[in-house]
Amino acid sequence: MQVKSMHFKATSSAKLNDAVLQTALKRAKGKFVDGRAAAVAEIDAWEDIRTHAAALRDRVIANLDAYLIEFEQNAVARGAVVHWAETAEQANAIIVKIAQDNAVKIATKSKSMVSEEIALNDAMEAVGIEVVETDLGEYILQLAHEPPSHIVAPAVHKSKEEVADLFVAAHGRPRLTDIPAMTREAREVLRSKFLGADMGISGANFVIAETGTTLTVTNEGNADLVTTVPRIHCVVTGIEKVIPTLEDFATLIRLLPRSATGQSAANYLTLTTGVKAPDELDGPEQMHVVLIDAGRTKLVGSDMKEMLRCIRCGACMNHCPVYQNVGGHAYGWVYPGPMGSVLTPTYVGIENAGDLPNAATFCGECEVVCPVKIPLPDLMRKWRERQFDQALRPFGERFSISVWNAFATRPALYAASTRIAARVASWWGGKERRITWLPGLDGWTDGRDMPAPAGKTFRELYSARQKLAARHKP
Amino acid sequence: MKVGLFVTCLVDLVRPNIGFAALKLLEDAGCTVVVPDSQTCCGQPGYNSGARDIAKVLARKVLAEFRDCDYVVAPSGSCSGQMKVHAVEDLFKGEPEEAEFRSLAAKWFELSDFLVNVLKISAVPNAPAAIGALTYHDSCSGLRELGIKSQPRMLLSAAGATIHEMTDCEKCCGFGGTFSIKLGDISTRMAENKCVNIAASGARVLVGGDLGCLLNIEGRLRRNGDMQTKVYHFAEVMAGMTEA
Repeated sequence: MQVKSMHFKATSSAKLNDAVLQTALKRAKGKFVDGRAAAVAEIDAWEDIRTHAAALRDRVIANLDAYLIEFEQNAVARGAVVHWAETAEQANAIIVKIAQDNAVKIATKSKSMVSEEIALNDAMEAVGIEVVETDLGEYILQLAHEPPSHIVAPAVHKSKEEVADLFVAAHGRPRLTDIPAMTREAREVLRSKFLGADMGISGANFVIAETGTTLTVTNEGNADLVTTVPRIHCVVTGIEKVIPTLEDFATLIRLLPRSATGQSAANYLTLTTGVKAPDELDGPEQMHVVLIDAGRTKLVGSDMKEMLRCIRCGACMNHCPVYQNVGGHAYGWVYPGPMGSVLTPTYVGIENAGDLPNAATFCGECEVVCPVKIPLPDLMRKWRERQFDQALRPFGERFSISVWNAFATRPALYAASTRIAARVASWWGGKERRITWLPGLDGWTDGRDMPAPAGKTFRELYSARQKLAARHKP
Repeated sequence: MKVGLFVTCLVDLVRPNIGFAALKLLEDAGCTVVVPDSQTCCGQPGYNSGARDIAKVLARKVLAEFRDCDYVVAPSGSCSGQMKVHAVEDLFKGEPEEAEFRSLAAKWFELSDFLVNVLKISAVPNAPAAIGALTYHDSCSGLRELGIKSQPRMLLSAAGATIHEMTDCEKCCGFGGTFSIKLGDISTRMAENKCVNIAASGARVLVGGDLGCLLNIEGRLRRNGDMQTKVYHFAEVMAGMTEA
């Protein structure tokens, strides 16, 4: 996916004035935030499960190589082929080759954010293979030629009317605006694709080391058809998705749908293990698992390793006040919200995503709701530290901080300068006691007044009070 | 009991009345309050801008200034979070100074938390007679880092306040320190959302525990032409010092 994160500031400002988006975001906030709260309240031991899950994910990341090799051995034993891709290009080349070797013409796909990372659809289409997204949201976006704006609800930014127009253009049928009827229409159109596909491409929410299983959580059941109907099943997933056992999955699945969509359970859990056995009726003849690094190993053992715990629920963005106001596209790459503000600089370079770690008030909601307790504000702050150390933020910003420090560490200088500043700013505030414009602080004063300071600092007033008290002492 | 008052840089510069209100509340409760004259800033602006070393220098300065106090109290959840949480869990974690910062953190309290949980006050002495209807904004650091939620409400209610809870009272107001300047448009929208919720609460008085948030929200109210809604710090209301 093309990186546009460097335009965050300008794009986010425009998104604030996009009426369709703002309506969609308000609707989504109600659904995701309230839904999660209700679903979490069902479980007394929620905090214990979070703690356990975080430790589980940490153990996996610390032993990633061992669990991945265990997975490979067990997957191979069941007839799968495991491929290792260090980069997006390698991953695409592997998948395209599998398709070409097998004369694949149509590939159906269930939702995969990793495939967005590596821009798999573009690579497949470049060699003439038709790729059909079968998750309803992803299908809508494929028709609209847009990237997803949310990792769980990719088309959350679209209105029903926009979707109706897309369907008319693509399907050539009468315009429907009743959602169940529109969904039925999409099902009818997709059915022939499901049945005619030579290859099914799925992501994986988890891959299970002890059984060699890959696992997909959906609400539409499309992953069932993608993984079992075509003669070739290809899984694309990040290397960090591995977990040791099915038992561990039982833990994580208590957290994932509740955190993601406020559901106690997702509608479909699709577990795929190996190829069709001789006595089985359904299943692929070939199963390929492409394990993708694409920057992940840079995090292993680093001071941001906690990010690899992520199970891609989207709760951090759903609760983020910045995301709630600007939506996912403003973030300019695959992963929006706080998780994206940590991952995007890692995967595409901080020089391309400099505003993202700064696009947070550090309100802490993301960390509170994260099912695997990723300290997202701390990780964003680590990016800010690197930016400061490497002089990657604008000069004015770094200069201000250095000046602030120079004054704050010299109490006499600080006292004298705040004494002047308080007076000047108080005068500047005029009769109405509000400052409507401040040079250099127009980021504030463009949309807000600054209540005028009282005129004298606490330090001055307190010192006067102490002197007065001393004089009156007997 | 010797209590050090950490005034905070914003209160010192913009609204000293909050510092004096905090001082009055502590003195009325029987504390001997000291206010080290050399204090400036807790270091959070640098810390959250990535200037870790600067934050450490300022944290050491704070430690030196308040080392001799039995307790340290600040009329801010944000600065308190910096010293109680970030200094020990991050800045000095695993370093020789960690123990000293841990002992500072253990005796450092946000004002309402100190009154309720250290002094065990259930009603503030000399509280004003009738506070009336208000709505309370929970500032993020105080709420999520320190668990400040019931403390101010309890004391306000005990003094006769009627709290009209607004929708999303725990939602960030958009201040976020330098965020409010770096990404002013988003920050302003978040402040606007807060203003809408305040208006819908029916209360015409907003109370909070962090001056940064209050300046942000008040700034948006005034820009919108709302000159009526009063904006006060918790300390000002409890000390009966809203008319300064």
